Amino acid sequence: MFAFLVRRLIQAVLVMFVISLISFSIQDNLGDPLREMLGVAVSEAERERLREELGLNDPFLEQYWRFLQKAVQGDLGNSYFFKRPALEVIMEKLPATVELVLGATLIIVTLSVPIGVYCAIRPKTWLARTLMGLSIIGISVPVFLTAILLIYVFSIHLGWFPSYGRGDTAMIGFWETGLLTRDGLIHLVLPSIALSSIMLPLFIRLIRSEMMECLEQDYIRFARAKGLSNRRIWFIHALKNTLLPVITVGGVQIGTMIAFTILTETVFQWPGMGFLFLEAVNRTDTPLIIAYMIIVGLIFVVTNTLVDLIYGLVDPTVKLARRI
Amino acid sequence: MALLEVDSIEVRFPLREQEVIALRDVSFQLDRGERLGIVGESGAGKSVAAFAILNLISRPGYISEGEIRFDGQNLVRLSESQLSRVRGDRITMIFQDPMMTLNPVLTIGTQMMECLRTHRHLGEREAREIAVENLKKVRIPSAEARIDQYPHELSGGMRQRVVIAIALLTEPDLIIADEPTTALDVTIQAEIMALLLELCETENVALILITHDLGVVAQVTQRTIVMYAGRIIEEGPTRALIDRPQHPYTEGLIQALPENAVSGQRLNQIPGMMPTLTAIPLGCSFNPRCGHASDRCKTEVPLLSTDQDHRVACFWRMQQGAR
Repeated sequence: MFAFLVRRLIQAVLVMFVISLISFSIQDNLGDPLREMLGVAVSEAERERLREELGLNDPFLEQYWRFLQKAVQGDLGNSYFFKRPALEVIMEKLPATVELVLGATLIIVTLSVPIGVYCAIRPKTWLARTLMGLSIIGISVPVFLTAILLIYVFSIHLGWFPSYGRGDTAMIGFWETGLLTRDGLIHLVLPSIALSSIMLPLFIRLIRSEMMECLEQDYIRFARAKGLSNRRIWFIHALKNTLLPVITVGGVQIGTMIAFTILTETVFQWPGMGFLFLEAVNRTDTPLIIAYMIIVGLIFVVTNTLVDLIYGLVDPTVKLARRI
Repeated sequence: MALLEVDSIEVRFPLREQEVIALRDVSFQLDRGERLGIVGESGAGKSVAAFAILNLISRPGYISEGEIRFDGQNLVRLSESQLSRVRGDRITMIFQDPMMTLNPVLTIGTQMMECLRTHRHLGEREAREIAVENLKKVRIPSAEARIDQYPHELSGGMRQRVVIAIALLTEPDLIIADEPTTALDVTIQAEIMALLLELCETENVALILITHDLGVVAQVTQRTIVMYAGRIIEEGPTRALIDRPQHPYTEGLIQALPENAVSGQRLNQIPGMMPTLTAIPLGCSFNPRCGHASDRCKTEVPLLSTDQDHRVACFWRMQQGAR
């Protein structure tokens, strides 16, 4: 277990190093940050002076080394636009994004397992066929379109849910949460549905096909020969084997979903990291862009490690300590 | 009354183009405590026959005709839920590959105790006691510790012992073993077979043993059925069938055994291959490979003789008279 964690930590450091290198190297290709910072009224000499001051004229490796030295101390530079540490700005927006992902994950987990299992054990019913058809549509329609449709139907026409923002929030320590107020929860509904609209069908299909494969296995036939009830065969013998690969894919997808929030947050004006990132790109706020990419990368690495740990707990054939 | 009477069973598999008949007119009987071997090449229908008894034929196959009477009850007519009360209780099964038959994510104990809880409605403690007892019966060392292990922590031979222990849990009347040693190491095969034979004898359980190993059949069973292309072509007391095979196919099988070969010469073999179920020749399905085939064999299907104890389906043999 300890060896596994150490190995994972070394891997994580390597991955983070690569991510930082890639994100840092794009900064010269995003446009001139000074134009955004200073506007047009500042003279060329003044610009040159500021560029020198910010270290933008130094060779790439020198800039990167300076960045890395600060980064390991938790300093990802100051946002040009907010004139505050980029990390601080992102951390303020993190709760909104995490709660949005949480809402979407909740929808995915509670719906995909029963629907996927149903479609696997009764594949020929019209309901299963309809659900499979809908899932294809769900995967094919892009998130921004789903989001706009949801707003159009449920906020504009029916008026059931608000169309943008987070609503009322409460502070718990540093965490600004919308989960504790009624208004906040209502605001969470549509964005969560929009965010889950691609992953949910994906998971339904994944669970269905994994489950169907499990049902073909000899141990299921043997369980039948043992005279067990269908319930036990489906939900103990088959489902447990089905969920192993689903957990692996699921972990990676939760990471991906954080990236997907960019679209959803933009459409719903959700004040999270994704929305912030898009603004940062528009403002050529490179320190903020880099900080965002590093934080998202970190979340990826952490969730993947967690998934591996959980997998080790669920699958008896995996011994974390011995695995390479 | 016989324990099991299989009466003119026919099994069909509807495929896209045509319906394939995997078993035709299969009938046999089994008494309490009797051990029956079913032999034949791959695809002869022996496994289908075994699985048909508990209606566990893989889809889309189905029993299209015939009756299977077990202890007076026609199993073909039972509903799934009625049948599941017979499955795993009075009739149990042992599968071919112990690596695949045990569920990899459940402990051996769970997989044993669920049988007792389903069929005997026992509580956790009682079920566990019986499970441990049965693991000892199949000579698994330190059964109390092994019961909490997962299948992957056991060797192949040990796993098949666990499967046998599961088959014995409910003190069944009949065990159907589908090539129980094929997937095991040669050194372990004999061990497992001897164990199975011993347990069937001491517990007085009837056994249907599906195999393609005539040696195993000779060692374990009292009666033997030989199948070819979905039909029974010969049936008789094992000893008589091996000493005096009546059907040219059975004769060929026995001559093909390596111990019957003359050293330094090629092994005997039956020329040709068994036909696939979609292209069974007219008449006797063995006629293209048979040295005694006459015109009649090419047009008419020989039926199993019904009068004697040793039955054969062959025109040539009927003409020659049994030897």
